[in-house]
Amino acid sequence: MTEAATTLPAAGTLSITDPRVIRAIELVWREATLLDAKDYHAWEALYADDGIYVVPIDRDADSFDDRLNMVYDDARMRSMRVVRMTEGFAIAAVDAATTVRTVSRFVPTTVTDDEVSLKAAQILVAFKRGRHDFWAGDVDYVVRLGADAGADRLVRKVVRLIDAEGAVPAAGFLL
Amino acid sequence: MTTLHGPIDGAFDAATVNDLEPADLVLPDRVAGRMYTDPGIFEQEMSRIFERTWVWVAHESELPKAGSFKTTTVGRQPVIVARDRKGNINTMLNRCRHRGASVCEQRTGHANGFTCPYHAWSYGLDGKLRGLPYPDGYEGVMDKSGVALQRLRTESYGGMVFATFADEDELEPLEDFLGDVKLWIDRFMKQGGGYPIKVLGTHQFRFKGNWKIQLENTTDGYHFPIVHRSWMASVDAETAEMMSFMTDPAATTHDLGNGHSVMEMVPEHSDLDVDDGTEPLQERFADLVEALGAQGLDSGSVRRLVRAMHGTGFNLNLFPNVSMSISFLRVLRPISADETVIEHVALGPDGPPEIVDPVNRERLRIHEHFQGPFGFGTPDDAEGWDRVQRGAAAAPEMPIMVNRGLGREEPSPEGWPTSHVTDETGMRAAYGMWKRMMSDD
Ligand code: FES
Ligand SMILES: [Fe+2]
Repeated sequence: MTEAATTLPAAGTLSITDPRVIRAIELVWREATLLDAKDYHAWEALYADDGIYVVPIDRDADSFDDRLNMVYDDARMRSMRVVRMTEGFAIAAVDAATTVRTVSRFVPTTVTDDEVSLKAAQILVAFKRGRHDFWAGDVDYVVRLGADAGADRLVRKVVRLIDAEGAVPAAGFLL
Repeated sequence: MTTLHGPIDGAFDAATVNDLEPADLVLPDRVAGRMYTDPGIFEQEMSRIFERTWVWVAHESELPKAGSFKTTTVGRQPVIVARDRKGNINTMLNRCRHRGASVCEQRTGHANGFTCPYHAWSYGLDGKLRGLPYPDGYEGVMDKSGVALQRLRTESYGGMVFATFADEDELEPLEDFLGDVKLWIDRFMKQGGGYPIKVLGTHQFRFKGNWKIQLENTTDGYHFPIVHRSWMASVDAETAEMMSFMTDPAATTHDLGNGHSVMEMVPEHSDLDVDDGTEPLQERFADLVEALGAQGLDSGSVRRLVRAMHGTGFNLNLFPNVSMSISFLRVLRPISADETVIEHVALGPDGPPEIVDPVNRERLRIHEHFQGPFGFGTPDDAEGWDRVQRGAAAAPEMPIMVNRGLGREEPSPEGWPTSHVTDETGMRAAYGMWKRMMSDD
């Protein structure tokens, strides 16, 4: 397992009060809100063209090409996924669970004028047909800062579920 | 031709269906909905089916060397599958002989043996008790040389490893149980394109439904264009065309005996060694073809690997728990009457990294595209299965129909009962075996 503590910058060096970090967190919260609202077209627009969105099976993994993942989307796969989630043919998406997620426990790991990397926790509750499913995971974000906040884009989001190596439900929504 | 049965009601009676013996719930063209929902039937399935027949536990590539192990279940019983120093594969109950603790909780790994965490009884890779602390307390009480983790009979064919609780008197050898299936296992393994097959990774997901819903689904060609319309819309035209078997009369399903069946969706890919060279390689693999050529691979070998990129052209369904499905393995693990865990095991050729790594990268992406809890196919299947379980809660006497194609089922030249790939021949085969195994005699 990746030991988060070993990769953190020294205490006091980076702060969530840094305006660049605040912009990154605002983007992350915006993304979370759009996913809960299932506004997938607006969601897709938050990603850079070279951005990747990954839900690995191996929680230790940092490269994903040579292993099996639950999700490993580049721009092409992401746009097909958005079509799938919105066009009305996918019965899992049509009858998807209602979700509410919280993203918090932010720790910035690198901050420059161009890019902010964050570690965070995400707790999501999905409700469907009388059942609540819990999805918990660590999330790594890399946000590329644009000329203004409206131009900030996600270049990397990796959701490491605590039960990634176990059996999770099949989902009609995105993490 | 099999005789046709009556209308789709009237076979079972609400007043008596709950009193019927399980075997009486299976008719040639239908089964009672109670089979999905009754916990008592589930208990009997565990003891009469999953503990009495060959259950798939591993692919040999998951146990590459002495000390390699994986943990899984046979029915609901937890087991360890391990390769020992002699190269034998052992399947052992994951239960300490002292006071019952599980001795291994890792899904896969490598070990010299298994030491119980509770009082440190230690077992070898073959399950034999090697040592225990403070042995003086057992003097005159127990001879440790006779103590071992309970072993299950373990046999393999074509790299597929199966285990059973049944002894030789109760159950035939694996190869006899497989019978004509062996030919199809041989064909399935040809997708290595000249290399052996290895496991690349495993998706796992659970659904709130009975295991037989999944058993049916792996031989259900009828659902494909409906449930998987979303996936079909997302793939290139060549792949969509390859999967357009609905109206192809050459696409057929065969009953192979003992509950096994094979569904030939792309018959021209059933035997990948048969290639007249006219089929163009898919455009999407052009870069891969070039990369493999640059590694010095001759064009015939490149073609063999790339033509097998989507796997074989069939789903081979082995009763009761594994389907060799086109390019991957679909393994079912029953949890309760209304819960099942499914594994989707991605496969690819095992050879020199400069050749197989680029091939397997493509295969992994193809697998992720359809399979797994966030694939473009699996969640839609799971939604369908969830609906079946919920709907089947209504009217336990109302039949689940498996009559499609009964009127056009004929023996193939090999003697296999055969009908169109969209028909329910494979389900009838599985339920015939289920009925046999659930009968008292
Ligand atoms: S329960 Fe395993 S050593 Fe006691
Ligand atoms: Fe399906």
